[in-house]
Amino acid sequence: MTRRDRVARHASLNERLVFEKGSPGRRGSDLSAADFPRRELSELIDDELVRDSIDGMPSLAESEVVRHFTRLSDWNYHVDLGLYPLGSCTMKYNPKVNEKIARMDGFADLHPYLPESLVQGALEVQKRLEECLAEITGMDRVTLQPAAGAHGELTGLMMVRAYHESRGRGRRSILVPDSAHGTNPASARIAGYEAVHVPSNAKGTLDLDALDRLTNPDVAGIMVTNPNTLGIFEGEIARIAERMHAIGALVYMDGANMNAMMGVARPGDFGVDVLHLNLHKTFSTPHGGGGPGAGPVAVKDALAPFLPAPLIERDGDGRCRLDDERPESIGRVKAFHGQFGMHSRALAYILACGPNGLREASETAVLNAAYVRSKLEGAYHLAYGAPTLHEVVFSDRFQAAHGVHVMDIAKRLIDYGFHPPTIAFPLVVRGAIMIEPTETESREELDAFIDAMLKIARECETDPDRVRSAPHTTRVGRVDEAEAARKPVLRWRPPAGPAAN
Amino acid sequence: MIPDDLRYTKEHEWVRIDGDQATIGITEFAQDELGDVVFVELPPAGSRIDANAVFGTVESVKAVSDLFMPLTGEVLEVNTALVDAPERVNEDPYGDAWMIRIRIGDVSELDALLSSEDYGRFIAAGGSES
Ligand SMILES: Cc1ncc(COP(=O)(O)O)c(C=O)c1O
Repeated sequence: MTRRDRVARHASLNERLVFEKGSPGRRGSDLSAADFPRRELSELIDDELVRDSIDGMPSLAESEVVRHFTRLSDWNYHVDLGLYPLGSCTMKYNPKVNEKIARMDGFADLHPYLPESLVQGALEVQKRLEECLAEITGMDRVTLQPAAGAHGELTGLMMVRAYHESRGRGRRSILVPDSAHGTNPASARIAGYEAVHVPSNAKGTLDLDALDRLTNPDVAGIMVTNPNTLGIFEGEIARIAERMHAIGALVYMDGANMNAMMGVARPGDFGVDVLHLNLHKTFSTPHGGGGPGAGPVAVKDALAPFLPAPLIERDGDGRCRLDDERPESIGRVKAFHGQFGMHSRALAYILACGPNGLREASETAVLNAAYVRSKLEGAYHLAYGAPTLHEVVFSDRFQAAHGVHVMDIAKRLIDYGFHPPTIAFPLVVRGAIMIEPTETESREELDAFIDAMLKIARECETDPDRVRSAPHTTRVGRVDEAEAARKPVLRWRPPAGPAAN
Repeated sequence: MIPDDLRYTKEHEWVRIDGDQATIGITEFAQDELGDVVFVELPPAGSRIDANAVFGTVESVKAVSDLFMPLTGEVLEVNTALVDAPERVNEDPYGDAWMIRIRIGDVSELDALLSSEDYGRFIAAGGSES
């Protein structure tokens, strides 16, 4: 097996803030003489609106500006550089063709106030995406408005509330398993519900007995992540749904892990009433700094009246129309029509893959995670033995015996040139190491990662100090996270003393 | 370190009983599990809170955890110093970092609290119920 060498050194050029660089008078522009008559500024703008100087405005040459931003970009680790195995985050590669499509003039230059007749193409993209997402999830209708997964959760729960209120009683609580992402109980709270914890059983799945004990007429619904954050499919989901429906409660599914089951299982077929998807996970649109997220929400017909307005409807002649006449709607949850640039990218991905391609993506994601699991099992403690799908959760139990903890392992992995996996989540696993390779990693990249993890496991036994003091190859080592959280410095101030020039 | 003059809960709160009043904080084990505490949120004085209900949160660099009321009662006093100095929870969990003082609402609930021996056995067995 050939293993390519990983980077042994990260960018080490230090770089000051742009405000601390340059020198007055230095500049990067050289304007040629104007070929139109010159007029004084004071003729054009009121004196009181003009200022002579901007305090601290940097003055730099072009080369300094280019180097400044190039150096900063060098500090970045991103999915175009290497494996990014953050569990629960599905950091899959974002195909470049998506970018090309999102930048087509007819999409990129749209204005949201254009009349419907001039944006039929864009509405068609959104309508097609809605139809595709409904088909993939087995649901009836979809809103594309929410701007992130957590925003989708809130939108979904507001609809749950509206549904119960339309039946006369809002109900009080939402059941949330203890393995859930922190956004789940938070969304329940913000939607005005009490979040009630449901403990997992020894297999790492929802406990039906515990559920029965917590079920009562005040329960508005349950939020289930499936597969859950341990990567385990909630096999009792259909029975859980039956029990919820028996008391008139609804089933919300956190669909952040949909990448594990596209084309294999449909939430709409196992009792889910409402769910959100993360386009920036499952459907290959960029995460965070790479672009805004998008968290579409899919519902069954019973909840459709409450969807945020407007929805896109297709008229008899095939034209698309924005429908604002939705009296029971919870209202708008986002300006205009959501993150349109993400919708065009996600649709491009779905259409390029097709049904078989999406299924293959999920199967490969599961296969890759199983490969990592089988290679690391033994060196790292497997928190739950049940079969896992797209991700696998280890713990630092074996390493802790040598005084090395999950944070140290994560930092050491940086020395081997990898972004660390998710750590310390899910909370049900002490010292959790949550790895999700996704389908877009090659065998070689996975082997290099596995190799690094195994080396670190050995180092924990032979040279624990080396792991505890990692990273050794980065520009900055460990930062004082506690102090940063207790006394955050949120604003740069010019250094005191005589002004630098 | 488990002072034997205090009572405990399985959620890792300690309770110092003084007549009809009780002082409440989190244990050494809890602060050690949490790691560096960066934020503490406590209820206003005057609130009435039921046993087992959430009375506040502690946030560490690792996680946010709820604080559970060991006993039903009315909050008489709150240790507001923790808002500016959350590190005290790590430094002195049984002393400086007491969290709230309450008037005990139902003395029969005292029976449900753990003794220092029981709590010691509980954390020796891992410190959680699942
Ligand atoms: C299981 C799960 N649910 C919800 C979310 C929230 O999604 P977002 O980050 O898009 O708000 C995440 C994201 O990390 C997640 O992993």
